Amino acid sequence: MRFSRVLRVGAVAAATSLALVACGGGNGGGGDENESLTQRAENGRLTVGIKIDQPGLGLQTPDGGYEGFDVDVAKYIAKELGVEEGDIEFVETPSAQRENMIEKGDVDFIVASYSITDERKQKVDFAGPYFLAHQDLLVRADDNSIKGAEELNGKNLCSVRGSTSAQNVKDDFAPDAELQTYAGYSECLNGLETGAVDALTTDDTILAGYAAQNPGKFKLVGAELSDENYGVGLKKGDNEGRTAVNDAIKKMQDDGAWKASAEKWFGPSGYEVGDPPSLEQ
Amino acid sequence: MFDFLSEYDVLGVFWVTVQLTFFAAIGSLIWGTILAGMRVSPVPVMRGFAAAYVNLMRNTPLTLIILACSLGLNQTLGVTLGGEGVDQLNFRLAVLGFIAYTATFVCESIRAGINTVPVGQAEAARALGLGFTQVLGIVVLPQAFRSVIGPLASVLIALTKNTTIASTIGVIEASYLMSEMIENESDRILLVFSVFALGFVILTLPVGLILGRVAKKSAVKR
Repeated sequence: MRFSRVLRVGAVAAATSLALVACGGGNGGGGDENESLTQRAENGRLTVGIKIDQPGLGLQTPDGGYEGFDVDVAKYIAKELGVEEGDIEFVETPSAQRENMIEKGDVDFIVASYSITDERKQKVDFAGPYFLAHQDLLVRADDNSIKGAEELNGKNLCSVRGSTSAQNVKDDFAPDAELQTYAGYSECLNGLETGAVDALTTDDTILAGYAAQNPGKFKLVGAELSDENYGVGLKKGDNEGRTAVNDAIKKMQDDGAWKASAEKWFGPSGYEVGDPPSLEQ
Repeated sequence: MFDFLSEYDVLGVFWVTVQLTFFAAIGSLIWGTILAGMRVSPVPVMRGFAAAYVNLMRNTPLTLIILACSLGLNQTLGVTLGGEGVDQLNFRLAVLGFIAYTATFVCESIRAGINTVPVGQAEAARALGLGFTQVLGIVVLPQAFRSVIGPLASVLIALTKNTTIASTIGVIEASYLMSEMIENESDRILLVFSVFALGFVILTLPVGLILGRVAKKSAVKR
Protein backbone atom coordinates (compact mmCIF):
# COMPACT_ATOMS: atom_id res chain seq x y z
CA MET A 1 0.00 0.00 0.00
CA ARG A 2 2.71 2.41 1.11
CA PHE A 3 4.94 1.43 -1.77
CA SER A 4 2.30 2.08 -4.37
CA ARG A 5 1.73 5.53 -2.94
CA VAL A 6 5.43 6.29 -3.30
CA LEU A 7 5.25 5.08 -6.89
CA ARG A 8 2.27 7.28 -7.61
CA VAL A 9 4.00 10.37 -6.20
CA GLY A 10 7.05 9.50 -8.27
CA ALA A 11 4.98 9.15 -11.43
CA VAL A 12 3.36 12.54 -10.84
CA ALA A 13 6.77 14.13 -10.27
CA ALA A 14 8.16 12.56 -13.44
CA ALA A 15 5.16 13.69 -15.48
CA THR A 16 5.45 17.24 -14.13
CA SER A 17 9.13 17.47 -14.97
CA LEU A 18 8.50 16.07 -18.45
CA ALA A 19 5.80 18.67 -19.01
CA LEU A 20 8.15 21.42 -17.81
CA VAL A 21 10.87 20.23 -20.15
CA ALA A 22 8.41 20.22 -23.03
CA CYS A 23 7.34 23.79 -22.22
CA GLY A 24 10.95 24.89 -21.88
CA GLY A 25 11.76 23.47 -25.28
CA GLY A 26 8.94 25.40 -26.85
CA ASN A 27 9.89 28.76 -25.36
CA GLY A 28 13.63 28.54 -25.74
CA GLY A 29 15.69 30.43 -28.25
CA GLY A 30 13.15 32.29 -30.31
CA GLY A 31 14.75 31.22 -33.56
CA ASP A 32 15.92 28.37 -35.67
CA GLU A 33 18.55 26.21 -33.98
CA ASN A 34 20.76 26.11 -37.05
CA GLU A 35 20.50 29.77 -37.90
CA SER A 36 23.86 31.15 -38.92
CA LEU A 37 25.55 34.01 -37.09
CA THR A 38 24.99 36.36 -40.01
CA GLN A 39 21.26 35.63 -40.03
CA ARG A 40 20.98 36.29 -36.30
CA ALA A 41 22.92 39.55 -36.68
CA GLU A 42 20.22 40.74 -39.05
CA ASN A 43 17.88 41.15 -36.06
CA GLY A 44 20.23 43.92 -34.97
CA ARG A 45 21.19 42.26 -31.67
CA LEU A 46 24.04 39.96 -30.69
CA THR A 47 25.08 38.25 -27.48
CA VAL A 48 28.85 38.03 -27.11
CA GLY A 49 30.77 35.97 -24.56
CA ILE A 50 33.82 37.63 -22.98
CA LYS A 51 35.91 37.43 -19.83
CA ILE A 52 35.11 40.14 -17.32
CA ASP A 53 38.05 39.74 -14.96
CA GLN A 54 41.13 40.02 -17.16
CA PRO A 55 42.57 43.53 -17.36
CA GLY A 56 43.64 44.40 -20.90
CA LEU A 57 41.52 41.65 -22.47
CA GLY A 58 38.06 41.76 -21.01
CA LEU A 59 37.33 43.65 -17.82
CA GLN A 60 34.14 44.98 -16.32
CA THR A 61 34.50 48.65 -15.45
CA PRO A 62 32.97 50.08 -12.26
CA ASP A 63 30.19 51.75 -14.27
CA GLY A 64 29.09 48.38 -15.71
CA GLY A 65 30.72 48.67 -19.14
CA TYR A 66 33.42 46.42 -20.55
CA GLU A 67 36.86 47.23 -21.88
CA GLY A 68 39.92 45.47 -23.28
CA PHE A 69 41.35 44.04 -26.45
CA ASP A 70 38.86 41.16 -26.68
CA VAL A 71 36.04 43.63 -26.21
CA ASP A 72 37.41 45.81 -29.02
CA VAL A 73 37.63 42.79 -31.33
CA ALA A 74 34.08 41.74 -30.41
CA LYS A 75 32.74 45.25 -31.10
CA TYR A 76 34.56 45.39 -34.45
CA ILE A 77 33.17 42.03 -35.55
CA ALA A 78 29.67 43.04 -34.46
CA LYS A 79 29.99 46.31 -36.38
CA GLU A 80 31.02 44.40 -39.52
CA LEU A 81 27.98 42.15 -39.05
CA GLY A 82 25.80 45.26 -38.93
CA VAL A 83 25.13 45.42 -35.18
CA GLU A 84 25.48 48.70 -33.30
CA GLU A 85 27.75 48.86 -30.27
CA GLY A 86 24.80 49.58 -27.99
CA ASP A 87 22.95 46.48 -29.19
CA ILE A 88 25.66 44.05 -28.13
CA GLU A 89 24.91 42.18 -24.96
CA PHE A 90 28.13 41.09 -23.25
CA VAL A 91 27.95 37.94 -21.15
CA GLU A 92 30.65 36.45 -18.95
CA THR A 93 31.84 33.08 -20.26
CA PRO A 94 33.98 31.32 -17.63
CA SER A 95 36.62 29.03 -19.15
CA ALA A 96 34.91 25.80 -18.15
CA GLN A 97 31.57 26.78 -19.67
CA ARG A 98 32.60 28.25 -23.00
CA GLU A 99 31.84 25.22 -25.18
CA ASN A 100 28.52 24.57 -23.46
CA MET A 101 27.35 28.16 -23.77
CA ILE A 102 28.04 28.17 -27.50
CA GLU A 103 26.34 24.82 -28.03
CA LYS A 104 23.24 25.86 -26.10
CA GLY A 105 23.06 29.16 -27.96
CA ASP A 106 23.47 31.32 -24.84
CA VAL A 107 26.01 33.37 -26.76
CA ASP A 108 26.33 34.04 -30.48
CA PHE A 109 30.10 34.07 -30.42
CA ILE A 110 32.91 34.16 -27.88
CA VAL A 111 35.97 36.42 -27.76
CA ALA A 112 37.53 35.49 -24.43
CA SER A 113 41.25 34.65 -24.65
CA TYR A 114 39.98 31.42 -26.16
CA SER A 115 42.96 29.36 -27.37
CA ILE A 116 42.30 27.15 -30.39
CA THR A 117 42.88 23.49 -29.47
CA ASP A 118 41.93 20.20 -31.08
CA GLU A 119 39.75 19.15 -28.12
CA ARG A 120 37.77 22.35 -28.33
CA LYS A 121 37.37 22.00 -32.10
CA GLN A 122 35.36 18.83 -31.42
CA LYS A 123 32.58 20.95 -29.98
CA VAL A 124 32.86 24.42 -31.48
CA ASP A 125 34.21 26.11 -34.58
CA PHE A 126 36.88 28.80 -34.43
CA ALA A 127 37.30 31.86 -36.59
CA GLY A 128 40.69 33.53 -36.55
CA PRO A 129 43.15 33.33 -34.90
CA TYR A 130 42.96 37.05 -34.21
CA PHE A 131 45.91 37.15 -31.83
CA LEU A 132 49.01 35.07 -31.15
CA ALA A 133 49.80 35.06 -27.45
CA HIS A 134 52.66 33.30 -25.68
CA GLN A 135 53.03 31.92 -22.23
CA ASP A 136 55.32 34.31 -20.39
CA LEU A 137 56.62 35.22 -16.95
CA LEU A 138 55.80 38.30 -14.87
CA VAL A 139 58.41 39.29 -12.28
CA ARG A 140 58.99 42.20 -9.90
CA ALA A 141 60.27 45.27 -11.73
CA ASP A 142 63.59 45.22 -9.83
CA ASP A 143 64.20 41.49 -10.26
CA ASN A 144 66.72 40.70 -13.00
CA SER A 145 67.51 37.12 -11.97
CA ILE A 146 64.87 35.47 -14.15
CA LYS A 147 65.44 35.70 -17.91
CA GLY A 148 63.72 32.55 -19.06
CA ALA A 149 62.47 29.11 -18.11
CA GLU A 150 66.02 27.85 -17.25
CA GLU A 151 66.34 30.18 -14.26
CA LEU A 152 63.05 28.99 -12.77
CA ASN A 153 64.27 25.81 -11.14
CA GLY A 154 64.28 26.27 -7.39
CA LYS A 155 62.25 29.46 -7.64
CA ASN A 156 58.67 29.93 -6.47
CA LEU A 157 56.35 30.17 -9.41
CA CYS A 158 52.67 31.07 -9.29
CA SER A 159 49.78 30.32 -11.62
CA VAL A 160 46.10 29.57 -11.67
CA ARG A 161 44.80 26.12 -10.77
CA GLY A 162 43.95 23.90 -13.70
CA SER A 163 45.30 26.30 -16.32
CA THR A 164 47.33 25.04 -19.25
CA SER A 165 50.16 27.34 -18.19
CA ALA A 166 50.46 25.69 -14.80
CA GLN A 167 50.50 22.23 -16.36
CA ASN A 168 53.12 23.28 -18.94
CA VAL A 169 55.46 24.43 -16.19
CA LYS A 170 55.21 21.18 -14.28
CA ASP A 171 55.53 18.97 -17.34
CA ASP A 172 57.99 20.85 -19.54
CA PHE A 173 59.70 24.10 -18.64
CA ALA A 174 60.72 23.85 -15.04
CA PRO A 175 59.87 20.59 -13.31
CA ASP A 176 62.01 21.59 -10.31
CA ALA A 177 60.32 24.95 -9.77
CA GLU A 178 58.06 25.19 -6.75
CA LEU A 179 54.64 25.75 -8.28
CA GLN A 180 52.08 27.56 -6.14
CA THR A 181 48.60 27.66 -7.63
CA TYR A 182 45.66 29.79 -6.60
CA ALA A 183 42.10 30.14 -7.85
CA GLY A 184 42.79 33.58 -9.36
CA TYR A 185 45.61 35.79 -10.58
CA SER A 186 45.07 38.45 -7.92
CA GLU A 187 46.30 36.12 -5.18
CA CYS A 188 49.44 35.44 -7.22
CA LEU A 189 50.04 39.18 -7.68
CA ASN A 190 49.77 39.63 -3.93
CA GLY A 191 52.41 36.93 -3.43
CA LEU A 192 54.60 38.44 -6.12
CA GLU A 193 54.44 41.80 -4.41
CA THR A 194 55.30 40.46 -0.97
CA GLY A 195 58.08 38.28 -2.36
CA ALA A 196 56.44 34.97 -1.45
CA VAL A 197 56.60 33.98 -5.13
CA ASP A 198 59.20 35.02 -7.68
CA ALA A 199 57.26 34.84 -10.92
CA LEU A 200 53.72 34.58 -12.19
CA THR A 201 53.13 32.65 -15.40
CA THR A 202 50.30 32.62 -17.91
CA ASP A 203 49.55 34.15 -21.33
CA ASP A 204 51.53 37.34 -21.91
CA THR A 205 48.34 39.23 -22.86
CA ILE A 206 46.90 38.65 -19.39
CA LEU A 207 50.22 39.46 -17.73
CA ALA A 208 50.55 42.67 -19.76
CA GLY A 209 47.12 43.70 -18.55
CA TYR A 210 48.07 43.21 -14.91
CA ALA A 211 51.42 44.96 -15.40
CA ALA A 212 49.64 47.94 -16.97
CA GLN A 213 47.18 47.99 -14.08
CA ASN A 214 50.02 48.24 -11.52
CA PRO A 215 52.47 50.62 -13.20
CA GLY A 216 56.10 50.29 -12.19
CA LYS A 217 55.65 47.24 -9.97
CA PHE A 218 55.99 44.33 -12.38
CA LYS A 219 57.58 43.59 -15.74
CA LEU A 220 57.28 40.97 -18.43
CA VAL A 221 60.28 38.72 -19.05
CA GLY A 222 59.50 38.07 -22.70
CA ALA A 223 60.23 34.34 -22.62
CA GLU A 224 58.01 32.90 -25.32
CA LEU A 225 57.25 29.58 -23.68
CA SER A 226 54.34 28.52 -25.88
CA ASP A 227 52.07 29.67 -28.68
CA GLU A 228 48.44 30.33 -27.91
CA ASN A 229 46.27 31.16 -30.90
CA TYR A 230 43.25 33.12 -29.74
CA GLY A 231 40.20 32.34 -31.82
CA VAL A 232 36.60 33.49 -31.96
CA GLY A 233 34.37 30.63 -30.81
CA LEU A 234 31.33 29.92 -32.97
CA LYS A 235 28.64 27.28 -33.16
CA LYS A 236 29.90 24.14 -34.83
CA GLY A 237 29.10 23.95 -38.53
CA ASP A 238 28.36 27.64 -38.99
CA ASN A 239 30.62 28.13 -42.01
CA GLU A 240 28.85 31.24 -43.21
CA GLY A 241 29.29 32.93 -39.85
CA ARG A 242 32.90 31.80 -39.69
CA THR A 243 33.68 33.38 -43.04
CA ALA A 244 31.97 36.61 -42.01
CA VAL A 245 33.95 36.78 -38.75
CA ASN A 246 37.18 35.99 -40.57
CA ASP A 247 36.48 38.82 -43.01
CA ALA A 248 35.88 41.17 -40.11
CA ILE A 249 39.14 40.16 -38.41
CA LYS A 250 41.02 40.57 -41.67
CA LYS A 251 39.57 44.03 -42.13
CA MET A 252 40.41 45.00 -38.55
CA GLN A 253 44.01 43.92 -39.08
CA ASP A 254 44.30 45.75 -42.41
CA ASP A 255 42.80 49.12 -41.44
CA GLY A 256 45.04 49.54 -38.39
CA ALA A 257 42.32 49.19 -35.75
CA TRP A 258 43.86 45.90 -34.63
CA LYS A 259 47.30 47.38 -34.03
CA ALA A 260 45.91 50.48 -32.33
CA SER A 261 43.83 48.43 -29.92
CA ALA A 262 46.61 45.94 -29.16
CA GLU A 263 49.04 48.77 -28.42
CA LYS A 264 46.51 50.59 -26.31
CA TRP A 265 45.90 47.60 -24.03
CA PHE A 266 49.24 45.75 -24.02
CA GLY A 267 51.69 48.55 -24.83
CA PRO A 268 51.94 50.34 -21.46
CA SER A 269 53.65 47.31 -19.87
CA GLY A 270 56.47 47.37 -22.44
CA TYR A 271 54.88 44.52 -24.37
CA GLU A 272 55.86 44.56 -28.01
CA VAL A 273 52.91 43.94 -30.26
CA GLY A 274 54.04 41.87 -33.23
CA ASP A 275 52.32 41.28 -36.53
CA PRO A 276 48.82 39.86 -36.48
CA PRO A 277 48.65 36.09 -37.08
CA SER A 278 47.45 34.86 -40.44
CA LEU A 279 43.95 33.43 -40.49
CA GLU A 280 43.26 29.71 -40.70
CA GLN A 281 41.21 28.84 -43.73
CA MET B 1 34.65 6.43 -23.37
CA PHE B 2 36.54 6.48 -20.07
CA ASP B 3 39.98 5.74 -21.53
CA PHE B 4 41.13 9.35 -21.06
CA LEU B 5 40.99 8.76 -17.31
CA SER B 6 44.11 6.62 -17.44
CA GLU B 7 46.17 9.72 -18.32
CA TYR B 8 45.31 11.22 -14.95
CA ASP B 9 46.07 10.18 -11.40
CA VAL B 10 42.44 10.14 -10.29
CA LEU B 11 43.01 7.70 -7.42
CA GLY B 12 46.02 9.69 -6.24
CA VAL B 13 44.09 12.94 -5.91
CA PHE B 14 41.21 11.24 -4.13
CA TRP B 15 43.78 9.80 -1.73
CA VAL B 16 44.88 13.37 -0.96
CA THR B 17 41.21 14.24 -0.36
CA VAL B 18 40.98 11.33 2.08
CA GLN B 19 44.16 12.46 3.84
CA LEU B 20 42.91 16.04 4.13
CA THR B 21 39.63 14.76 5.56
CA PHE B 22 41.36 12.38 7.97
CA PHE B 23 43.74 14.89 9.54
CA ALA B 24 41.19 17.68 9.57
CA ALA B 25 38.59 15.36 11.17
CA ILE B 26 40.91 14.29 13.97
CA GLY B 27 42.08 17.84 14.59
CA SER B 28 38.61 19.33 14.59
CA LEU B 29 37.27 16.58 16.87
CA ILE B 30 39.94 17.44 19.45
CA TRP B 31 39.69 21.23 19.10
CA GLY B 32 35.89 21.07 18.89
CA THR B 33 35.67 19.03 22.12
CA ILE B 34 37.91 21.53 23.89
CA LEU B 35 35.73 24.37 22.60
CA ALA B 36 32.57 22.61 23.78
CA GLY B 37 34.16 22.14 27.19
CA MET B 38 34.98 25.85 27.29
CA ARG B 39 31.45 26.81 26.32
CA VAL B 40 29.95 24.98 29.33
CA SER B 41 32.77 25.81 31.73
CA PRO B 42 32.19 27.89 34.89
CA VAL B 43 34.89 30.41 33.87
CA PRO B 44 33.25 33.41 32.12
CA VAL B 45 36.36 34.32 30.08
CA MET B 46 36.54 30.81 28.59
CA ARG B 47 32.82 30.82 27.82
CA GLY B 48 33.15 34.22 26.19
CA PHE B 49 36.17 33.24 24.12
CA ALA B 50 34.62 29.99 22.88
CA ALA B 51 31.32 31.68 22.02
CA ALA B 52 33.09 34.47 20.15
CA TYR B 53 35.38 32.02 18.31
CA VAL B 54 32.52 29.75 17.24
CA ASN B 55 30.34 32.58 16.02
CA LEU B 56 33.17 34.27 14.16
CA MET B 57 34.55 31.14 12.47
CA ARG B 58 31.36 29.41 11.43
CA ASN B 59 29.99 32.62 9.92
CA THR B 60 33.10 33.24 7.82
CA PRO B 61 33.18 31.70 4.34
CA LEU B 62 35.56 28.73 4.30
CA THR B 63 37.29 29.98 1.15
CA LEU B 64 38.28 33.12 3.04
CA ILE B 65 39.66 31.12 5.96
CA ILE B 66 41.71 28.86 3.71
CA LEU B 67 42.96 31.80 1.65
CA ALA B 68 43.83 33.69 4.82
CA CYS B 69 45.92 30.71 5.96
CA SER B 70 47.99 30.97 2.78
CA LEU B 71 48.13 34.71 2.11
CA GLY B 72 48.01 35.92 5.70
CA LEU B 73 49.63 33.27 7.89
CA ASN B 74 52.18 32.02 5.40
CA GLN B 75 53.05 34.78 2.97
CA THR B 76 52.72 37.74 5.31
CA LEU B 77 53.51 36.32 8.75
CA GLY B 78 55.90 33.61 7.55
CA VAL B 79 54.22 30.69 9.34
CA THR B 80 55.38 27.44 7.71
CA LEU B 81 54.11 24.80 10.19
CA GLY B 82 57.34 22.89 9.53
CA GLY B 83 56.30 22.16 5.97
CA GLU B 84 59.02 21.81 3.35
CA GLY B 85 58.22 22.61 -0.24
CA VAL B 86 55.09 24.19 -1.59
CA ASP B 87 52.99 21.01 -1.65
CA GLN B 88 53.56 20.00 1.96
CA LEU B 89 53.20 23.58 3.14
CA ASN B 90 49.87 24.11 1.40
CA PHE B 91 48.57 20.78 2.67
CA ARG B 92 49.32 21.71 6.28
CA LEU B 93 47.91 25.22 5.91
CA ALA B 94 44.73 23.77 4.45
CA VAL B 95 44.38 21.22 7.27
CA LEU B 96 44.85 24.04 9.79
CA GLY B 97 42.11 26.06 8.09
CA PHE B 98 39.72 23.09 8.00
CA ILE B 99 40.32 22.35 11.67
CA ALA B 100 39.68 25.98 12.66
CA TYR B 101 36.41 25.98 10.69
CA THR B 102 35.02 22.48 11.23
CA ALA B 103 35.77 22.53 14.98
CA THR B 104 32.98 25.09 15.41
CA PHE B 105 30.40 22.66 14.04
CA VAL B 106 31.83 19.81 16.11
CA CYS B 107 31.66 22.07 19.17
CA GLU B 108 28.01 22.95 18.62
CA SER B 109 27.08 19.29 18.03
CA ILE B 110 28.79 18.21 21.21
CA ARG B 111 27.19 21.04 23.15
CA ALA B 112 23.83 19.80 21.93
CA GLY B 113 24.86 16.34 23.16
CA ILE B 114 25.80 17.71 26.56
CA ASN B 115 22.31 19.16 26.84
CA THR B 116 20.82 15.67 26.42
CA VAL B 117 22.50 14.49 29.62
CA PRO B 118 20.10 15.14 32.53
CA VAL B 119 21.28 17.91 34.87
CA GLY B 120 20.79 15.55 37.82
CA GLN B 121 23.78 13.49 36.70
CA ALA B 122 26.14 16.46 36.77
CA GLU B 123 24.72 17.52 40.14
CA ALA B 124 25.15 14.03 41.52
CA ALA B 125 28.71 13.89 40.26
CA ARG B 126 29.49 17.22 41.86
CA ALA B 127 27.88 16.04 45.10
CA LEU B 128 30.32 13.13 45.08
CA GLY B 129 33.15 15.69 45.08
CA LEU B 130 34.22 15.53 41.41
CA GLY B 131 35.75 18.69 39.92
CA PHE B 132 34.57 20.32 36.65
CA THR B 133 36.97 18.41 34.37
CA GLN B 134 36.05 15.14 36.09
CA VAL B 135 32.31 15.77 35.80
CA LEU B 136 32.76 16.60 32.13
CA GLY B 137 35.29 13.89 31.29
CA ILE B 138 33.94 10.95 33.27
CA VAL B 139 30.20 11.55 33.45
CA VAL B 140 28.87 14.01 30.88
CA LEU B 141 31.02 13.78 27.73
CA PRO B 142 30.92 9.97 27.29
CA GLN B 143 27.12 10.11 27.23
CA ALA B 144 27.09 13.28 25.12
CA PHE B 145 29.31 11.71 22.46
CA ARG B 146 27.11 8.65 22.20
CA SER B 147 24.09 10.77 21.39
CA VAL B 148 25.73 12.97 18.76
CA ILE B 149 27.38 10.42 16.48
CA GLY B 150 24.66 11.02 13.89
CA PRO B 151 25.15 14.81 13.74
CA LEU B 152 28.94 14.35 13.79
CA ALA B 153 28.64 12.06 10.75
CA SER B 154 26.93 14.92 8.93
CA VAL B 155 29.77 17.22 9.92
CA LEU B 156 32.28 14.65 8.63
CA ILE B 157 30.48 14.35 5.29
CA ALA B 158 30.36 18.13 4.97
CA LEU B 159 34.07 18.25 5.78
CA THR B 160 34.86 15.68 3.08
CA LYS B 161 33.17 17.84 0.48
CA ASN B 162 34.61 21.05 1.91
CA THR B 163 38.14 19.76 1.29
CA THR B 164 37.64 20.69 -2.37
CA ILE B 165 38.25 24.29 -1.27
CA ALA B 166 41.88 23.38 -0.54
CA SER B 167 42.51 23.63 -4.26
CA THR B 168 42.12 27.43 -4.04
CA ILE B 169 45.54 27.53 -2.39
CA GLY B 170 46.97 24.87 -4.67
CA VAL B 171 46.59 21.61 -2.75
CA ILE B 172 46.42 18.97 -5.45
CA GLU B 173 43.25 17.15 -4.42
CA ALA B 174 40.19 15.96 -6.35
CA SER B 175 38.75 19.30 -7.44
CA TYR B 176 42.21 20.52 -8.49
CA LEU B 177 42.50 17.66 -10.95
CA MET B 178 38.93 18.28 -12.00
CA SER B 179 39.71 21.84 -13.08
CA GLU B 180 42.79 20.54 -14.91
CA MET B 181 40.68 17.96 -16.74
CA ILE B 182 38.01 20.53 -17.59
CA GLU B 183 40.74 22.64 -19.17
CA ASN B 184 42.18 19.73 -21.18
CA GLU B 185 39.12 17.61 -21.96
CA SER B 186 36.72 20.36 -22.85
CA ASP B 187 34.78 18.00 -25.11
CA ARG B 188 33.95 15.67 -22.19
CA ILE B 189 33.08 18.07 -19.40
CA LEU B 190 29.91 16.28 -18.26
CA LEU B 191 31.80 12.99 -18.07
CA VAL B 192 34.52 14.62 -15.96
CA PHE B 193 31.91 16.06 -13.59
CA SER B 194 30.22 12.68 -13.25
CA VAL B 195 33.48 10.91 -12.43
CA PHE B 196 34.23 13.31 -9.58
CA ALA B 197 30.66 13.40 -8.33
CA LEU B 198 30.74 9.59 -8.22
CA GLY B 199 34.09 9.67 -6.41
CA PHE B 200 32.68 11.84 -3.64
CA VAL B 201 29.54 9.73 -3.33
CA ILE B 202 31.74 6.65 -2.96
CA LEU B 203 33.67 8.41 -0.19
CA THR B 204 30.73 9.83 1.74
CA LEU B 205 27.93 7.29 1.34
CA PRO B 206 29.60 4.52 3.41
CA VAL B 207 30.53 7.07 6.09
CA GLY B 208 26.88 8.01 6.48
CA LEU B 209 25.67 4.40 6.46
CA ILE B 210 28.27 3.06 8.90
CA LEU B 211 28.09 5.95 11.35
CA GLY B 212 24.29 5.85 11.15
CA ARG B 213 24.44 2.24 12.34
CA VAL B 214 26.93 3.07 15.07
CA ALA B 215 24.74 5.95 16.20
CA LYS B 216 21.73 3.64 16.54
CA LYS B 217 23.69 1.07 18.51
CA SER B 218 25.46 3.46 20.84
CA ALA B 219 22.63 5.85 21.63
CA VAL B 220 21.84 6.04 25.34
CA LYS B 221 18.39 4.59 25.89
CA ARG B 222 16.42 6.90 28.11
